[in-house]
Parts: sequence; C-alpha cells; structure tokens
Amino acid sequence: MSDVLLEVKDLKIEATAYPPGEPPQDITIVEGVSFAVDKGKVLGLIGESGAGKSTIGLSAMAYGRGGVRITGGEVMVNGRDILQIGSAGLRGLRGKEVTYVAQSAAAAFNPAKKLMEQVIEATLHHKLMTKEEAEARAISLFDQLGLPKPETIGNRYPHQVSGGQLQRVMTAMALCPKPDLVIFDEPTTALDVTTQIDVLAAIKKAIRDTGVSALYITHDLAVVAQIADDIMVLQSGQMVEYGTTDHIINSPTEEYTQALVSVRSVKHVEQTSGAPVLSVNGITARYKGTKFDVLKDVTVDLPEGQTLAIVGESGSGKSTLARVITGLLPPSDGEILFDGRTLAPDFEKRTRDDLREIQMIYQMADTAMNPRQTIGTIIGRPLEFYFGLRGAEKRKRVQELLDDIEMGEGFIDRYPAELSGGQKQRVCIARALAAKPRMIICDEVTSALDPLVAAGILKLLLNLQKRENVAYLFITHDLATVRAIADSIAVMYQGRVVRYGNKTEVLSPPFDDYTDLLLSSVPEMELGWLERTIANRKMEAAGN
Amino acid sequence: MHPVLKLLVQRISLGLLLLFAASILIFVGTQILPGDVAQNILGQGATPETLANLRAELGLNDPPLTRYLNWLFAAMQGDLGTALTNGQDIATSMGKRLGNTLFLAVCAAIIAVPLAIVLGLIAVRYQGRWPDRVISGVTLATVSVPEFLLGYIAIFVLSVQFRVFPSLSTVYDGMPFLDRMNAIALPAIVLVLVVLGHMMRMTRAAILNVMQSAYVETAELKGLRKFTIIARHALPNAVAPVVNVVMLNLAYLVVGVVVVEVVFVYPGMGQYLVDHVSKRDVPVVQACGLVFAAVYIGLNLVADIVSILSNPRLRHPK
Repeated sequence: MSDVLLEVKDLKIEATAYPPGEPPQDITIVEGVSFAVDKGKVLGLIGESGAGKSTIGLSAMAYGRGGVRITGGEVMVNGRDILQIGSAGLRGLRGKEVTYVAQSAAAAFNPAKKLMEQVIEATLHHKLMTKEEAEARAISLFDQLGLPKPETIGNRYPHQVSGGQLQRVMTAMALCPKPDLVIFDEPTTALDVTTQIDVLAAIKKAIRDTGVSALYITHDLAVVAQIADDIMVLQSGQMVEYGTTDHIINSPTEEYTQALVSVRSVKHVEQTSGAPVLSVNGITARYKGTKFDVLKDVTVDLPEGQTLAIVGESGSGKSTLARVITGLLPPSDGEILFDGRTLAPDFEKRTRDDLREIQMIYQMADTAMNPRQTIGTIIGRPLEFYFGLRGAEKRKRVQELLDDIEMGEGFIDRYPAELSGGQKQRVCIARALAAKPRMIICDEVTSALDPLVAAGILKLLLNLQKRENVAYLFITHDLATVRAIADSIAVMYQGRVVRYGNKTEVLSPPFDDYTDLLLSSVPEMELGWLERTIANRKMEAAGN
Repeated sequence: MHPVLKLLVQRISLGLLLLFAASILIFVGTQILPGDVAQNILGQGATPETLANLRAELGLNDPPLTRYLNWLFAAMQGDLGTALTNGQDIATSMGKRLGNTLFLAVCAAIIAVPLAIVLGLIAVRYQGRWPDRVISGVTLATVSVPEFLLGYIAIFVLSVQFRVFPSLSTVYDGMPFLDRMNAIALPAIVLVLVVLGHMMRMTRAAILNVMQSAYVETAELKGLRKFTIIARHALPNAVAPVVNVVMLNLAYLVVGVVVVEVVFVYPGMGQYLVDHVSKRDVPVVQACGLVFAAVYIGLNLVADIVSILSNPRLRHPK
C-alpha cells in the first residue's frame, strides 16, 4: 500500500468568460498541473493572485467556485478518482475525508449560528461521532489551538470573537471530523502580523499532532516555508517549479521562483538630516460621537524629500493620522505645521495651494478612481484644478506623467477596468504627482498587490522621490516594506507613538516590548524560523 | 439597558406616534369630505330648525380641535361612537365584522405563508430549472391578474362548473365551523393566490442573496445537501426581509380585502366600510380607518421586532 493520499494528474480547469458584446468564451484557468501529497505531509501552493492556487486547492474537493469547471485530468483521493464519483459521492467526501479552511473566517461562519454547532456540523452530518463525542473533540481542539476558554467559546456567535480566534475555530472545524486532508486557503492573510504568528504556530502544531495531510495555499513564501514539506510554485495556472521546501527557498532553479525569493530586495540608503516639511505636534483626535481617543498626543516630523514610515497593526490609528493631516478629521488637540506655518484643522478652510502640497495615494486603487473616466481625465483633473491646464497642453503633461510612471503610450484613453492592479496604483501615483506636491501620504499602497508588483511600485516611488524631492508619509503594517523604503520610522500602538527615530535606530536593539513583538513576528524566509521564534518567546517568558 | 430592549422600546413608541399621526389624518380627511352629515341624515324633510338642532346634538358646531380630542379620548377608552345612520354602537357592530375579516385573513394566511416560503425554498433549490420557472411564472400570473377577476374566475370554475364551493360567502352567528370553512373557501383561495406571489418571490430573492455568502460555500464543502443548506444556513439569515414582506401581506389581508369581500358578499370590514362611506356615516368611516391603521402599524411593528430579534449581533452583543 502506498503512502500517497492525494494525487493530481494533468489537471485542467476551465471557466466561461462573458466579454461584453461578444459570445461567451471558454477560458483555461489551470492546465497541466500534477502533484502528490503523502500521508501526514504538507504541500504549499504558492503564487500571485490569479495564479490558480485556490482553484487547484478546491479541486481536491472537486469543487469549482462560481462557474469554474474541472474539465480534465484525475484527482485521486485515497485511491479513487473523485471526479468520477458523482454528487452523492462528493457529499460523502466533503467534510469527511477532505475539509477546508477559508481565507476570511469572518465571512465563512454563519452569523446566525453558534460556533459549536457549526464546528461539529460536518462530523454529525457524516455520522462520524455522537454529539457528545464531537463536542468533546471540538473542545480539545480549541484547547490545542490555544483558544481562550475552550469549554465555553463554542457557545459564542462568530461576531463575538476576534479575527485571529475565529481563524483558529475554523481550523478546529476543519479538523473535527478527523479528515485525511485539510485545505488551508490563505488562513493567515487577513490577520495582523502579530496575530499571524500565533495562528501559524497553532495550525502547524495541530497538523503535527493529528497527523493530517494538508494543502497550504498562500502568496507569502516566507509563511509557507515555515509549514510545508514541499512547495509548488504556480504562475498563470501553470506549474513553474515543484520541489522540497529546502530546494525552493535555498536553491530555486526557475527565474520566477528566484524573483519571488528575492522580492524583498528593494534597497534604500537611509538619510538622516533635513528640515521638516511637515510637523505633527501633540495631535489627539477622536471620531465624532465617540468617547475614545483614537490618537493620543502624536508628535512626528517628516523631513523634506524623505520617507517617514508609520507602522502598526490594524486599529493602531495609522490611517486616522492621515485623516488628521489631510484635514478630513480636525483634531481635538495639537497642530499640524507645514513648512513652519500652521495648517487649518479643517480641509475646507485650507487654501488651494495648501491642499495641493499634500496629496494621497490609497490602498485600493480600484475604488480611488472613477471607473467611468479615462486615465487621461483622471490624471488631468489635478492639472486643471491646480494649474488651469487645458487641451493639448494638459494632454502633453499627462503623457509626461505617464512616462514618469513607466506606462508610456496608449494608456491615456483607456479606462481603469482595462488596467492591472499594479498599473492602477501607478496611475494613482501619477495623479498625486500631477499636483507637484511637497509630500504624499501613501496609505498601505502596496498591501493589496502581489509581492513582485509591490516591489516594482516601491522602486518607482523611490526613483520619483530622488527626482522630484517629494516626501512620503508611508503608512503600512508590513515591516519588509518599511525596511525597503523608510528613512525614519514611527511605531504606533493603540493610538500612541511607542517608538520613533531614524530607521537604523528604530530597528536596532534594545527594543521596547511592542516593537520587539512586531519585529519578531514578521516571517522570515528561512526554514525553522517559526520554531525558533516561538521557542525564544517561551524562554523569555520563562526568564521573566 | 440591553440594546435589544432599547430598540424595542424605541420601535413601539414610534409605532404609537405613527398611530397618533394616522388618527389626525383620518379625522382631517373625513372633515374635508364634501356634504353635510345632518343634511344626509334628515334627507329631504329637513327644515333649517331641525338641521340646527341635529348639528348641535351631534356636536358639529364645536371647533374641530375639540371634536378631534373628544373623538380621540373616547376611542382610546374603546368607545368608537354610534353610527349616524342606524344609531347602533359602532364598537359592537364592527366587532362582529372585524371578527369575520380576521377569520378569513387568518385562514388565508395559514395556507399562504407556509406555502409561499416552501415554494420559495423549492425555487431556490432548483434555481433556473423547470420547478423554479413554473413556480415563478404561476405566481407572477396570479399577482398580475386583478383580484376581482380572480374572484370571478374562481366562482366560474369552482361553483358554476364544478359546484364545489358556494359563490356567496354568507356566514351567521353560531354557524358550524365546517360550514363556515366551506362558505369562505372561495374568498380564501382568491386571497391566497393574491398574496402568494409577492411573498414567494421575496423569499426566493432574499435566500438567493444569502446563497452568495462565503458561509454557504463552507456548508457546501461540509458535504451537506443543497436543501439542508438552504433551510439551515440560508433561511435563518433571510428572516428579516421575509418577515417584512409576510407582514405587509398579512396587513393587506385585513386592510385590503374590500374588493374580494364585495365580490363574495362576505360580511367583513371591507363591506362595512364601503356601505358607510356611501352613506356618509362619518363616525363609522373614522372608526374603520383607525382600526385599519392600528392593524397595519401593529403588523409592521411585529415585522420590525422579529427582524431585530433575528439579528444575532443585536441579540448577543459582544
């Protein structure tokens, strides 16, 4: 008897596209993908968005999301081809032999039902245990996964527990029926970095303790390196490279894999001197109708032509700071100085020139552009508004800006929907630059982008900074990005700046507790990082 | 205070406020109707003296605000006044009518609501296939046909052609239950057909909306049957919109049955209202308006409350 649990041969997956004004077309999403997972092993599927990772993962349950169809190949689970067993056979497989952990646990739990009911549902449905046995198993899984109050957490509703906890409950839900294979579909992507490490460690421990096999889907090579035995790299629905984790991380042969491994290679030499273009002085702010200060006494400087990175997890007040600086949220205390003079707290009271000097780039380029305007109109708008450019003159300047963002001819009359994610973000950069600002607030501008695309954007931003001498206030939760681009760093936690200084200073010990936690939680692209970090933390905790 | 309790108190006070506003509208509306009640009662034989006497007796000479307040306080104590045309106590004579209307409405609702929800579930289960199309098509047809026409078709088929049910829905006090059911069969069937489509289509749409959710995919990947998923995971999250449309239709069953009652000569509220409007019996019209408004607001209040209670975020705050 072989040890192979899942064997996929020559998988082909298609979907039907409906281009406007044309007849529907079948498009191939995945082609010629083959792999195998042995009992008790973990295979990592890695690639950028659109690479077909999730689609391939779900094929192990013969499930096609939306209109996606598996049209060719074999998917052997426990020695039988599940593409041939019909819908009744599949119902017997799903939730029993193969289970699934979704990216967003918050959406994947039914809001109207208690957690326990959902966790043991599949186990009861397949008559694998009695209700008492299933509940006992669920509670012991909650305990193993490090959830607080494992005895009672099952009585709660999904909205009553945090995102990181919900992700662990979902893992318990997948493990409860004692499946042979679990598909983890980006289970930590939606979490903060400090939460991610805990969930990752919990998942890894649960996999080891239960001896289950797993497919682990992610776009983050550093994460998958911690958990997988083998890794398959995918690009546009095709296999690029497939080998042991050690091989992929330390000696990749394909160019694309090498690019993925070295993606964090954007380098920037830190500058230290310079007069501040923007000073944030003792800002305290709260949202209307609340009694809670989101920002507490925040003071930072942004020197001319340099980059100040604001780092912190969600809820730390990073984006609120941007709203205060732009005048969208007048602070309850403190002031904003630009070039030494005080800016009006409310943007409606600022002069047009003040408005021009501070521009913004957002996380979601998609929603930051009017889908019914052409790129030329979008970039042309600030030219018209601030400089009164019209007609041929405006068009010429738009073209120059497009050249600046390395997009060249042919884009000026296109619509945002025709552009890729990275291109859209470039257009947003061009729009911000069009105002010739002294500073740009970049709010998580690379978070929604794939690593390679994000690296391109960062390089572009650095080049533009050198040429235009524009300062960036760079808001991010991603410390790798910070290392790549910042001159100075402010670490925020619960509305306060807990650490502030130039890059080397902030990133060198001795650390305060929070910065230490934040820095040590960022997955590194080396084998065994997770165990080492967890062990270090345990030792420190014991030492204290 | 528990947030749900707070919301409920808020909703109920709003409902009362709305009812108060409705009472003003009803009063003002009946006042601006053309014609003079005293003239109507006395008819041709009226002399200026008798007219003046009657007006004084009916309090028609008081300022409108006084009359409104008198009417409102009396109504709040259950005294709806006496009918001008026959001098009977309105509350008593309307009570019987209201009972008849409610009986008919409840019978129709007991059939229509479960049927609509089950048909909605089936339509979702077989979305885009023939059961869905047949259900959607038929219910759309019954919604589109005017209800009086539905009534006449029902009479033609069920009482003229096949002689199953009587075409006149005569009921009287002390009538045996089964006879009463037999008598109201036709109007009940027509009412079911009228409200079924709306409720079924709304149920279908609300559940289809929920079926797009990620947690439905989770349920599917647990190996559950499609119908289990719809009933166990989708329906509980579609309660709010479904209850709203159900209550709207129940209100219609009480308030909007005028045409159907007239077609089948059923002694309900609709008949009663129509009779007295044509006789300009203002106190009766006012009383009917107030009762209808109360029923309408009450049922919608129930819908609101059920929607609030069906939301786990409100029921179980963090």
